[in-house]
Amino acid sequence: MTAWFTLRNVVVAGLLIVLALVPVYASVTGNAFLMTLFTRIVILAMAATSLNLILGYGGMVSFGHAVYLGFGGYAVGILAQEGMASGFLQWPMALAASALFALIVGALSLRTRGVYFIMITLAFAQLAYYFAVGLERYGGDDGLTIQRRSQFAGLINLSNRTVFYYLCLLLLVGTIYLVWRLANSRFGLVIQGSRSNDRRMQAIGFPTYRYRLVSFVIAGTICGFAGALLANHTGFISPAIMHWTRSGDLIVMVVLGGMASSFGPLIGAVALLVLEETLPPLIRLIAFPFVEQPVALKISEYWQIVLGPLFLLVVLFARGGINGLLKAVGRD
Amino acid sequence: MLLVLEQCLNGLQFGLLLFLLAAGLTLVFGIMDLVNLAHGSLYMVGAYFAATFTAWTGSFIVGALLALGATLIVGMAVEVIAMRRLYGRDHLDHVLGTFGLILFFNELVRIIWGPAGMSLQLPGWLNAWIEILPDLEYPTYRIAIIVTALVVALFLYLMVMRTRLGMLIRAGASNREMTGALGININLLYTIVFGLGAALAALAGLMQAPIQTVQIGMGENILILAFVVIIIGGIGSIRGAFIAAILVGLIDTLGRAFLPDLMRLFMSSRGASQVAPALSSMLIYLLMAIVLVVRPAGLFPVSNK
Repeated sequence: MTAWFTLRNVVVAGLLIVLALVPVYASVTGNAFLMTLFTRIVILAMAATSLNLILGYGGMVSFGHAVYLGFGGYAVGILAQEGMASGFLQWPMALAASALFALIVGALSLRTRGVYFIMITLAFAQLAYYFAVGLERYGGDDGLTIQRRSQFAGLINLSNRTVFYYLCLLLLVGTIYLVWRLANSRFGLVIQGSRSNDRRMQAIGFPTYRYRLVSFVIAGTICGFAGALLANHTGFISPAIMHWTRSGDLIVMVVLGGMASSFGPLIGAVALLVLEETLPPLIRLIAFPFVEQPVALKISEYWQIVLGPLFLLVVLFARGGINGLLKAVGRD
Repeated sequence: MLLVLEQCLNGLQFGLLLFLLAAGLTLVFGIMDLVNLAHGSLYMVGAYFAATFTAWTGSFIVGALLALGATLIVGMAVEVIAMRRLYGRDHLDHVLGTFGLILFFNELVRIIWGPAGMSLQLPGWLNAWIEILPDLEYPTYRIAIIVTALVVALFLYLMVMRTRLGMLIRAGASNREMTGALGININLLYTIVFGLGAALAALAGLMQAPIQTVQIGMGENILILAFVVIIIGGIGSIRGAFIAAILVGLIDTLGRAFLPDLMRLFMSSRGASQVAPALSSMLIYLLMAIVLVVRPAGLFPVSNK
């Protein structure tokens, strides 16, 4: 019997409540930036959760996961550009395009292992990146502005920021639930077994390649969904969405939050993106007593010099990420 | 015909540059089993050092030599402070840790040298054209790059295959514990290898610097190409890296130069001008995908792993 009232569960519950209350707080204070930031966090948390299925549970280090954000986003952007603003068309197209690309990439790259797998997924992402750069009809390098958010025939109005935020949050919770159910099903156990010893799983009689491929496609499809949401959120799509550093960010979110844990990617996404916003003022605050105001301001511009080594420290000393830390603290 | 020859030389030059970068990567991977994304940062640091030292001393050669030494020291320091703790870890840890190092180095360069890029002026005797064939003039500097890189490649081969240090490197690659048990200081060996890789990256960076501008993030795109090279060549194989680097350099350069004309034979010129640039930057990734599908461990797999 596991205890439900642990530090980690309290933090997760607190986090979910905070996420649910963001629009209320934002409308009371009139802080529009907070809404934008948290919509972004929720969408990227969804992408990170999908990556966790293959990275955390399956041990497949995909270094090109952001490419599905691009596929989902470009599906919305291109259809909108061609005058098809209906979400009933855009969203299924976004899912189908990402699923198809994930199927191709997965089928080829799952033949390889270890660092070859990391690099071949990266190479496919670069392939798609340069393809998008070359898409001159759709803005090429400069990207494409999406005039209207996806239309759902009056059923739901995505242009309302609060409605859109709650839809994203709902989809995020749905994704977390789906990945949790998948990971603990027979299917998920095969994936996890293959992570720790693929040869043994094959010897028992599981065609692990097929299982891994299916999980790869599921993860890509969910991430494509997140891409469609992201394109709707920013009203803009450009190749930068699938730049390889984006894929790196997604990996950071998963590892920072805690691999192979249901809420880890969410915690990681919140931690990374909030850290990116709060590090500059934080540095200013710490530096201010020691140096003069303009100097402190100048120093705070260089916040990435703190963030980079922080990743290294997480890797070195906090293998389970924040989720693991919370668990360890709660146990003492 | 002369144009083809000229582009082939350009491709060879680019390929050799990639080789210098890939050689360091593949040495570090083959021996320490470490995926080092921050290798591109050393390339960038080398270029910045060269630009600064050349401005100080007024001589490109002296500046370049100082930059090589400085980057060697930076590389060794990085190995002692950070990389050493990553050995024996998961590849995922390497990716994440060195991804953090990239952010660190980019920001550090921004602090020291400012956000604007720098340019590195070539001395007059290098900034010239030389007639290599009747009616074919070629920049002296590009010839210099080709010669330098070939000399370094030869030197690297001799060092790894013929010297005591090279013997230790090969021994460390095939069995770390046994080499250590025979009384070899493995930690020192790894630091030297990492520093050597850093110096090779710096050499590539400072040779590329006069052709392009020196700027933050300059190492990142070329790093991915270097990874493509070592994947195609087979990780850990210097010979594989050499062949793959030249292959990639030629395909990339020739693709960019001739694909638009080639496509025009099959489709309208407007369509070709849209498709060709995208296709030519995708070519090498396609090549890598094909190689990995046919030979999942690269063209020259290292057998002992």
